[in-house]
Amino acid sequence: MEKITTVTGTAAPLRRSNVDTDQIIPAVFLKRVTKTGFDDALFYAWRQDPDFVLNRPEYQGVKVLIAGPDFGTGSSREHAVWALRDFGFDVVISSRFGDIFRGNSGKQGLLAAQVAYEDVERLWEVVEADPGIAVTVDLVERTVTVGSLKVPFEIDDYTRWRLLEGLDDIGLTLRDEAAIAEFESHRESWRPKTLPIREPAESGSL
Amino acid sequence: MNATSTNAAPAEDAVPATERPRTLAEKVWNAHLVAKGEDGTPDLIYIDLHLVHEVTSPQAFDGLRMAGRPVRRPDLTIATEDHNTPTLDIDKPIADLTSRTQIETLRRNAAEFGIRLHSLGDKEQGIVHVVGPQLGLTQPGITVVCGDSHTSTHGAFGAMAFGIGTSEVEHVLATQTLPLKPFKTMAINVEGTLRPGVTAKDIILAVIAKIGTGGGQGYVLEYRGSAIRALSMDGRMTICNMSIEAGARAGMVAPDATTYAYLEGRDHAPSGADWDAAVAYWKTLATDEGAEFDAEVFIDADTLEPFVTWGTNPGQGVSLSDTVPDPASIDDQHERAAAERALEYMALEPGTPLKDIAVDAVFMGSCTNSRIEDLRAFASIIKGKQKADGVRVMVVPGSARVRLEAEAEGLDKVFTDFGAEWRFAGCSMCLGMNPDQLAPGERCASTSNRNFEGRQGKGGRTHLVSPLVAAATAIRGTLSSPWDLQAEGEER
Repeated sequence: MEKITTVTGTAAPLRRSNVDTDQIIPAVFLKRVTKTGFDDALFYAWRQDPDFVLNRPEYQGVKVLIAGPDFGTGSSREHAVWALRDFGFDVVISSRFGDIFRGNSGKQGLLAAQVAYEDVERLWEVVEADPGIAVTVDLVERTVTVGSLKVPFEIDDYTRWRLLEGLDDIGLTLRDEAAIAEFESHRESWRPKTLPIREPAESGSL
Repeated sequence: MNATSTNAAPAEDAVPATERPRTLAEKVWNAHLVAKGEDGTPDLIYIDLHLVHEVTSPQAFDGLRMAGRPVRRPDLTIATEDHNTPTLDIDKPIADLTSRTQIETLRRNAAEFGIRLHSLGDKEQGIVHVVGPQLGLTQPGITVVCGDSHTSTHGAFGAMAFGIGTSEVEHVLATQTLPLKPFKTMAINVEGTLRPGVTAKDIILAVIAKIGTGGGQGYVLEYRGSAIRALSMDGRMTICNMSIEAGARAGMVAPDATTYAYLEGRDHAPSGADWDAAVAYWKTLATDEGAEFDAEVFIDADTLEPFVTWGTNPGQGVSLSDTVPDPASIDDQHERAAAERALEYMALEPGTPLKDIAVDAVFMGSCTNSRIEDLRAFASIIKGKQKADGVRVMVVPGSARVRLEAEAEGLDKVFTDFGAEWRFAGCSMCLGMNPDQLAPGERCASTSNRNFEGRQGKGGRTHLVSPLVAAATAIRGTLSSPWDLQAEGEER
């Protein structure tokens, strides 16, 4: 994963709340077995509308999405994060994120910046008044700056550290391999196991 | 979150942590601590059971291959095909090429990494959240994850169960652990007795309407109270299943005699002395007297009515006897804007009685409501009747086993005599990624869990309901509950 410290680019305002992951990427696009190539699928249904914000000429090439509350609720599909990344987004700003979506973002280097709702509204106003304006998201300072407006954002310390360092989660965990093996050594024997396969006691019971 | 009360944090370590009363969620969490996080780092939590399906796993297996990592515990991992599998002609090659590729990829990955897989046509195939419990793999006090947000279902057994993304799927395959921050806890107290015709589905739809789709974010919900204790395991699974629709990653019910009776004798449940040891442990899991929750919600079961959603998020629900709300009457500006959009998408007018809404389709299935009791409940209402003209009715069992069980009881005949389609097991019309989909503009009463725009097919309109409401709706052609059938019978 690449290190992130600051992101500077233009932003698109998405004035909608409760943007669930089915809206970010409909299930029909989840059949692929790759991690890339999902840019066309992003907001597929909404993008059929020529007036949808991401179709408008003034919002081409944006890197920051500024959305209403409860962004990324619903399904666990990480494809939602991949689609946002593939489309070119480095940052999503919202006043509240779905838990799984926020976790998935942190794993894929998409910065999910939680900003107070009043500040989201101020960001929308500034960006809508001047769509080409540069927005700077500073992960070190945890701030979003656009023109003369500077607002703070929240992100948990651990995710921030991993994004700043570009660290791989699995590699980090495997440093604790001894602790995992130790834990396994006194796990109760009756805890469920999928293997070997046990057949039904009475084969005729179905 | 004005519907909940937030308790003050307990006094800092006034009592040693080991003696402080604990919640069910805390106990399960603490029993799975591999390493305690320090200075803001997350805890490392051991995962007892990892469920895998075709949609969220291919990129995870790819990641393992690229890093040259094995699956650490194939014996704690099980895979099934469910999301994009067809529910007809299952003996033929899957017609949709990308679906077929994804299924074939899972089969190759399972073979390469030594993972147990139940493929289409196998008698243990089915929706991942139906398969785990029926095999006896889902047990109290364990941790369960799956690349699917409805993993919360397994919390019905007193397990800590939650959905994860594909990166986390890879992480669990490689390490059998996950780095996680502790959740906050919320008690959902449901006291009283449900009236006949009111079910577990109505409880959870009412909970979501009360706390909202974001109300549970960051929490594990524990469903408590006399109405929960009175539910069967199938009912408890329906409730825990939709915890995610309230924004919570996990929902739990403390194990009790109902739980043990469900598990005893199942293929992978403990037996003999192991059974006794397991039950003795399970009995220690219930939330201690005096344990504090971070938030509490109260629902009165006595007055609950059959519930239905009118909008495009699961929090947009009301009693079936109610009318479509007027967005103008909603104070919160986001809720109001969301309601306006929802009514436009759903093609509904404020003030319309829900019961006047005619449907084109009824879907009986999904990980929320496709277990044998759900099928029995649906059958009990439609038996000997005919479906409404022009309404398409699909009944889709949650697993091949449920299908066989239903057929052994003759339920399949009840469904087909009624005019319903009786399908093979899978996620089917819940999520619009297999052939079972709504056409644009079609309206459906669905026992599934999400009424998002396009969820059941592009342009499809979903009303979430219980199996009993689905059955009564299939008979009358308009959103209805068994109470309406009764009233109709009395009028005659």
